[in-house]
This record gives sequence, C-alpha cells and structure tokens, in this order.
Amino acid sequence: VSTEARTPATPQRLPAWLLGLGPLLLVGALVIALFAFDLPGLERRGIPVEDVAVERTVLRPGEIELTLRNDGPDTVGLAQVFVNDAYIPGATISPVEVGRLGSATVRIPYDWIEGEAYEIGILTSTGGVIEAPIEVATETPAGDADFFGLLALLGLYVGIIPVSVGMLWLPFVRRVSPLVVRFFLAVTVGLLAFLAVDALIEGFEIGTSGPQAFGGASLVLLGALAAFIALSAVDAWVKSRATGSQGFRLALLVAIGIGLHNLGEGLAIGSAYAIGELALGAFLVVGFALHNTTEGLAVVAPIAHERPGWPRLALLGLIAGAPAIIGAWIGGVAYSAPLAAFLLGFGVGAIVQVAWQILPMVRGRERGAQLLTPLTTAGLVLGLAVMWVTGLLTG
Amino acid sequence: MSESGTKLTRRALIGAAAGAGALAAVAGGSQMAGAGGGQGEESPSHPHAGTAHAATRGRVDPRVNGFDPHEILTDFDGGRVRRLPSGRTLREWTVVAQDKEIEVAPGVRYAAWTYNGRVPGPTLRATEGDLMRVRFVNAGTHVHTMHFHGIHPAAHDGVPGSGPGGLVKPCGEFTYEFEAKPFGLHLYHCHSFPLAMHIAKGLYGAFIVDPKQGRPEAREMVMLMNAFDTNFDFSNEVYAVNTVAFAYFERPIRVRRGELVRIYLVNVLEFDPLNSFHLHANFFNYYPTGTSLEPTEFTDTIMQVQGQRGILEVRFPFAGQYMFHAHKSEFAELGWVGFFDVT
Repeated sequence: VSTEARTPATPQRLPAWLLGLGPLLLVGALVIALFAFDLPGLERRGIPVEDVAVERTVLRPGEIELTLRNDGPDTVGLAQVFVNDAYIPGATISPVEVGRLGSATVRIPYDWIEGEAYEIGILTSTGGVIEAPIEVATETPAGDADFFGLLALLGLYVGIIPVSVGMLWLPFVRRVSPLVVRFFLAVTVGLLAFLAVDALIEGFEIGTSGPQAFGGASLVLLGALAAFIALSAVDAWVKSRATGSQGFRLALLVAIGIGLHNLGEGLAIGSAYAIGELALGAFLVVGFALHNTTEGLAVVAPIAHERPGWPRLALLGLIAGAPAIIGAWIGGVAYSAPLAAFLLGFGVGAIVQVAWQILPMVRGRERGAQLLTPLTTAGLVLGLAVMWVTGLLTG
Repeated sequence: MSESGTKLTRRALIGAAAGAGALAAVAGGSQMAGAGGGQGEESPSHPHAGTAHAATRGRVDPRVNGFDPHEILTDFDGGRVRRLPSGRTLREWTVVAQDKEIEVAPGVRYAAWTYNGRVPGPTLRATEGDLMRVRFVNAGTHVHTMHFHGIHPAAHDGVPGSGPGGLVKPCGEFTYEFEAKPFGLHLYHCHSFPLAMHIAKGLYGAFIVDPKQGRPEAREMVMLMNAFDTNFDFSNEVYAVNTVAFAYFERPIRVRRGELVRIYLVNVLEFDPLNSFHLHANFFNYYPTGTSLEPTEFTDTIMQVQGQRGILEVRFPFAGQYMFHAHKSEFAELGWVGFFDVT
C-alpha cells in the first residue's frame, strides 16, 4: 500500500481558516434556525421573573435620579414610583420597558432633606416592588474640576504620600544584616496576605450586592486570575531581559501589586465620598495613611542590598501610590458594583503573585535554608498584625 | 405599606441590590438616557401635577378594565323584581365569580378575583322585607362563596361548614335566599379559606337595604374603601375608593351646590387594621351601619375597621373643589384621595 493512498485528500484542499471557522458557522446557523422556525424547546415556561438592581443613585437639589439595571431574563415594565409611601406623579421613567441587561433612568422631583432616609419603590407592571433605599440623603457632588481635584488630593494622602514615607525605611533595611532583611521580607508577605484577604472579602461583598447578570462575585476571582496571569507574564518578560537586578525586579512587582491594591482602596474612598459617607473623612484618611505607610516598607525590602537611583525609587513610589488617585476618580464618577468587584479581584491576583515572588527571598539563598524559621514566622505574623491594627483605623 | 426600611418582599429577587443602591451613588452631571432600547420616555399628565400632591403617572383606561369607578359610584342594582302572590317583593340576581386581571393603578396589573368581572362587585339594593334570591355561579378557578352581612339562617350564610352555600366549587353554583333585613348599609364578600386572600383579591361588594319609608331624596353614591397588595407581602401598595388609585382625584365627582349628597361608605381594606374618611371644608351627618334614621355624629372625619360601614349625608354650601381622603396620610398618598367638584 502506497503512502499517498492513506493520506486523506479533502482537508488539504480547504484553507485552514475555513476549517477553523466551520464549527462556528454551523452553531450560528443552528441558532438562526432555532429562532427562524421557532423550534420546540424555546418557549419560555413559567411566570416572568422580575429582577432589577439599582445601579446608581444620584441626589441633586429637588431631584433624585436612579439608574436601574434589568438583572433578570425577562423584560420588565416600570409603572409607578413612590417615595416614602407616596406616589410621585411627576416622576419620569425612561424607558418604561427594560429588556435583559438594559438600564432605565428614573428621575423623581422631590424636595428631599439632607441627612434623612428615604424608601423609594418602583412599582412594576405586575405589581412587584423594586426597592431603592437611600440611607442618608446628601447631595451627590457634581463632577467638576474641584471634585476631581479633591479626589486627587485624597488619593495623594492615602497613596503616594504614605507609600513614599514608608520607602524611607530603605536606609534602615540597608544597614541591618541579611537575616533581618529576611525578617522584613516576611513582614512584607504578611502585609500582602492581609491585603489579599481584605480585598477578597470586600470584593465578594460588593460583587454580591450589585447587578448579578454580569457575574457578581465570580468577577472577583476572574479579576484575580487575570491579574495573576498578567503579572506572571510581566515577570517572565522582565526576567528574560535579564538586565535589571533581581531585587529591583521584585520591588517593581511589589509596587505594581500594591498599586493595583491601592486602586481598589481609591475606588472605595471615591465612591464613599460621592455618596457623602466620608463624614469621618479626616479619620479615614489618617487611618489609610498609616496603613499604607507599611506598604512602602514592602516595596523597599527587596532592594535592601541594591543601590537604585532616585528616579527609580520615585518610579516605584509612583507605581505603588498613584493608582489610589485613579481609583478615587473612577469610584467618584463611574462607580458600578461589577466594575469594583473586578478591580478588587484584580488587585488580589496581583498581590498573590507578588507574595509568591517574595517567598523565595524570605527563605534565603543558602543551600537547605528553611522558609519558616522562628524569625520569618514572627515576621509573617507581625505583618498580618500590623495591617490588622492599622486597618482598625480605617473603620 | 412596609413599616421598616428593610421590607422583605416575597418576590425575593426584586430589589436584590437594595443595599447597593445607596453604596452605588455617584457624582451627578451624567444624565444618561436609558440605554435599554424599547419605549421612549413617558411624561406625566396630571391636573394636579408636579410635586404639589402625590398621584400616579398616567391614567387607567376604564374600557380596558371593563368597569369605571365613576359608574360604580351610582350603579345600584335592584335585581329582577317580581311581586309574589303573597304581595311580597322578590328580587333576583345572578352573580358570577370570575378571575380577571385588572389595572389598579396606571400600568400596574393585578390578578383579581371578581364578582361579575368588577371590583367591587355589584351594589345589591333591596327594601326592608323584600325576599332576596342571589344565584351565585362560580366561574373562577378556586372555591368561593357569598357571605352577606344581615340577618338570615345559617344555611345561607356562605361560610364553610354551613352546607352547600359555604363551599361553591368551580363550575358549581348556589342560590342564597333570605329576607332583606335589617335596613341599613351592609356588605357581602367571599368567606372561603384563606379568608384574607379571598377578600384582598377583590371578592366584595356593597349591600344596601332601604327602610320601608325610604330616605330623603338625595344624590347617592357608593364608596368601598379598598387596597391591593400587588407584590404579595401582606401589605398594600395601592389604596383606593372603588379600586382604581386616585380615580376621583384625576376626575372629581360632580355634585350640585346645596343638594343632599348621600355616601354609602364601606371599608373592606385588608391587611391594615383601620381606614378613615375625611371631608374637607365641610361637615357631614354620620349614620353608623345606616340602621337608624337619626345620625349619631356631625363631623368631618370618621373611622372604620374592616367590615364596618356607615352612611354620610352632606350638603355643600359653596362651589369649588373639595378634597376627601383617608386621614391616614400614607393611604391618601398611595391612592385613597379624591375631590368633589361642586357647581
């Protein structure tokens, strides 16, 4: 038997892209056929499900504006609006029919009073009630230059400044013995572990609270995975260039991880500010500042025995601290629960990746070195404890 | 409605993001148009519009509902009248229970149970001493009855355990027969289990027994104070007189200056313990249950528990629009408010 006879001929005639596209085209044709011929199995069974989430609440003088998101599988009709058990004839709803994943804007003329609570309800066409409580009414800040400037300042207070101050521990970690540096690296891992746990829980909380149609809490884990993979790739790329020192590479990764984390913190601060929950603003800012000073230590610990120039140090500080400003802006202007959940998860993934990178340095380079010596264990626990204590200050 | 800020609706999916609403508040300036496609914006159209008073958006079309609260006010139903050989008057009605979706506020549909396709059911009216024969046909999907307030034998009381009239199955029927007494204003309603549900879903109506000597000539109207729990959380979302929220607010009831106005007022409100009636800029004579021809009170506000009723008599000395409403502000602002337009 000749070899030619055994080789199937047809696949070689078709171009590869067509072979790749084939199954996609087929499934597309199937979907079209299902709908075109109204094949059995497509009819909707049971009563329509009304599942509408309140995405945003904006208060202006004399007006309350809600943005609703249809989280369910069926179209929802929005019929009436009541505030504190009174129907509001002048309320506008646009559009009144909201399809799956669609959004509607409800504008309610209402002389709300600063500091009071309001129970808003949207009555649907089937009589269901979409509840949109306002716990404390306060005017939503207008998105002008002052607003952005103030949020940038807040980001500066809790991001760049404390991280930079923390980096001033560099001369100190340079003086001490390698054993003590390992101790501080262990403290850094402890700090990062705390931040990861903290952000994970907050991400899940926010992810489960908002619209679920976009994935809810799973967005946190997806974000974490994406960040972990992306940062691993960045790490591999930096390694392959092999020009920089290992210490600086690690410090850069730590800065990126902490920066992504601070993006999430900025997000929380910005959104809290936007709804007027920063009544204890000074206290919160002081808490975050102390909390984040320790992050500066985490950035410089890997470069204890290197001599990077000032520009590089400034770059590290900026990478670790500046995202707080960006986060505050996003939180203040375009807050949405799914986005926040994803970004918080992204920060978690980055931190886990960074902690993973630092662990070998905690162990030390000598042959047969242990990861968990009494000193490094104490460092890990101390890192957790310091974050927990300073975290109490952020309320 | 709800008493606490964290009301749990039985339709648990709705408002799942209640907490997020407050958290998610963000800066203004971005007046985004609805991105979800579909219908455009609906603008309010209302004579008393603005923030001046609570009201619903839009109108309920009586033609779609098949009944009009303005017609229900005055469509007294005396039945088919026959003189019996004994000289007594026999009045016969046929009342059919049927399931029907009704619009209780603009755009808000409610799966009601009705007598004769309307809520409230027909206002049955007889004179003291008449023989009443009410043929009740159950065309609905659940067991129903007609339980009359009045004086009659147990077998015609329409409660479970009282015989065939206490449990009329779908496709079944029963004829209630009794003497119209005592004179006054009464009501009838379904008494099937679970009682609260059968009443809340709309199975009730007024039952008037006129005294033999009659009452003074007047412009008469029937008002049943009711409400609807549209999301099944055992508290009402929509309040009204004769079913449609704000019906007499949108279109006031027209009466003549100086003429005697007689209101047959019945409270059938479920879930809330009390209801009330308050008239603006005037006082009325109140006849509790209408069983006496002498008023017991000259007032502008009365209250009734569920099943309680009474007759109000009033003359309007001045032209103009006069508000009437439940003097429970919450009920008023959720639909139980109206106007008399005196000309």
